[in-house]
Amino acid sequence: MLGFLVLVGLIVVIVVWLVGMYNGLVGLRNAVKNAWSQIDVQLKRRHDLIPNLVETAKGYMKHERETLQAITDARSRAMGAGTVGEKAQAESALSGAISKFMLVVENYPDLKANQNFLALQEELTSTENKIAFSRQAYNDAVMTYNNKTQMFPSNIIAGMFNFQASEFFQVEDAAERKTPKVDFS
Amino acid sequence: MWELIAQNRRRSWWLFLAMGALLIGLGYAIGATYAPPNGGVGGMIVAGIVWLVLSLISYSSGASIMLNSVGAKEVTPDIHPQLFNVVEEMKIAAALPKMPKVYVIDSPALNAFATGMKPENSAIAVTAGLLSRMNRDELQGVVAHETGHITNRDVQFVTFAGVMLGAIVIISEIFLRGLWYSGGSGRRLGSSRGKSGGQGGAIIAVAAVVLAILAPIMARLLYFAISRRREYLADATAVRLTRYPEGLASALEKIANSTEDLPKVNKAIAPMFIANPLKRAGAKLSDLTSTHPPISQRIRILRSIAGGSGYLEYQSAFNAVRGKGERILPNSALDQNEAVPIRPPAAEPKPSGQRRDVNDIVRAVNGFLFLNCACGLKMKVPPEYQKPTVTCPRCGTVNQIPTAELAAVAAVLETQRAGAAPEQPGQVYRRRGSGWESFRCGCGRTLQLSPAFAGDQITCSNCGRVTAIEDTKDA
Ligand SMILES: [Zn+2]
Ligand SMILES: [Zn+2]
Repeated sequence: MLGFLVLVGLIVVIVVWLVGMYNGLVGLRNAVKNAWSQIDVQLKRRHDLIPNLVETAKGYMKHERETLQAITDARSRAMGAGTVGEKAQAESALSGAISKFMLVVENYPDLKANQNFLALQEELTSTENKIAFSRQAYNDAVMTYNNKTQMFPSNIIAGMFNFQASEFFQVEDAAERKTPKVDFS
Repeated sequence: MWELIAQNRRRSWWLFLAMGALLIGLGYAIGATYAPPNGGVGGMIVAGIVWLVLSLISYSSGASIMLNSVGAKEVTPDIHPQLFNVVEEMKIAAALPKMPKVYVIDSPALNAFATGMKPENSAIAVTAGLLSRMNRDELQGVVAHETGHITNRDVQFVTFAGVMLGAIVIISEIFLRGLWYSGGSGRRLGSSRGKSGGQGGAIIAVAAVVLAILAPIMARLLYFAISRRREYLADATAVRLTRYPEGLASALEKIANSTEDLPKVNKAIAPMFIANPLKRAGAKLSDLTSTHPPISQRIRILRSIAGGSGYLEYQSAFNAVRGKGERILPNSALDQNEAVPIRPPAAEPKPSGQRRDVNDIVRAVNGFLFLNCACGLKMKVPPEYQKPTVTCPRCGTVNQIPTAELAAVAAVLETQRAGAAPEQPGQVYRRRGSGWESFRCGCGRTLQLSPAFAGDQITCSNCGRVTAIEDTKDA
């Protein structure tokens, strides 16, 4: 009788432990999903800001038709992109067009003094930051999740319930990718 | 990140145990002095109750007490869009479950703090002085440091440990004063001790006095040692979140060079600020009882960071500056083989779109209305102004005040903060000429068109609605 109770107790403890581990994995997988959707939210916000920016700048930048057109084109390409790969490429092209535009703006003091433009510029800067930070948060979430799916003992549960490793968000720009590390110890 | 939180939590528990032991010991000694032989237990119970009550108060309303005590006001995004943006950026970078509430402190001093018991329910407060003096990267560095305190669960620690420290200080003080007023350590204690018999009681009484004097000092040392360490940790987290050590470094430099103290700051809440808010008072204290590490050292560490902005790089810079093998970050945080590059500085428009004048920031926070007169003069209308019009002191133009619409503005802001997307109904405004013109957006905000305005549309800075501008000049 006692042996039976101990056995039941042991099984309950193991089941609770396994359920806890399963829930932990689900939580981490959701964190990865949330982080991914955050990137989408910010990309969409950038698409929304660009028409206003171009409209405001147009009046001042009579001689910069090409720069403005490049942004508008990059935006519509990014919005029309189908696959994830296409999308990543189009978005980074859009980032490039925007930073080029921001450099050109330096030559137009009147535009830089326009309150409406300044407000838009702050929004755009912040949106660019938010895109970068949400990628960073996404990669952090993926790292934690992948570590859990690969390490003992949670990898057993991960294998049983098909928790697959997520992919990191790759940065296109090679210069951004890696900096040499200082050795520590 | 998780390792850091876990390590912090373990440390907090040890601290609580040590301080709790001090508190209970103090209660025992005092009880035993006043009511031997069984008063010790009673004293322990009373000490425990004092601590429990204070903890409950601080858990339920610690954040609002703290925000009120420094005169912090919750603000809306239109007061300072950049501050909101920066807070949201850090919310995303740290993957906080909810956007912290944003407060502005009406003070020209440069400081900031975070509060709130849980990451779901946090607040970040910055002074108006800070907003007026920091550029975008510096503001981001400061907000990131505060976000670090939120994710590292330092706010909980500071509140609860601060309360425990407070309880120890209060109990010791009452005891020592009680002795003083009852005529030194003399008669009353002696007479009550008489029954249980002399020497043992005398020893306990002396021990109680010594403990009452030493306990607050010991508790302070424990508390401050750990708060200082948490400042370094929050700096390391800030660097990792922003990928830009120089932002925080130059913010700290500006803070170190400013001379204004933040008044009304209680010593107990001082560790919550990014820099010691009581500089002049703090300067007299020894290094041991300072809640903040020397700011110059924090700056030196940040400026020595090279090769990346991860925890590993912060730790090696820390060791290079401090010259000791001390580890402030747990091994597991350092083991992660992460490549975290440093980003370039943000491009900052020179005449920034933000209000840079401290007084204007304070006025905006306090509900002043900013009206641009056609002559270019900016009029600041206080919220208690009752008349429907205001006459420009320079050119005499009578300007309408959109009083009726101000309530609508507040309502729109409220729905915006609740997450509703601003609709775009596409109002059209036809320009009458080429001078200064103003019209009202659907939300009630008065929008100004300058003579230089040449766009086809204008976005309301308040509700985000786009109004098409038809220019009769071109037609
Ligand atoms: Zn701090
Ligand atoms: Zn005027």
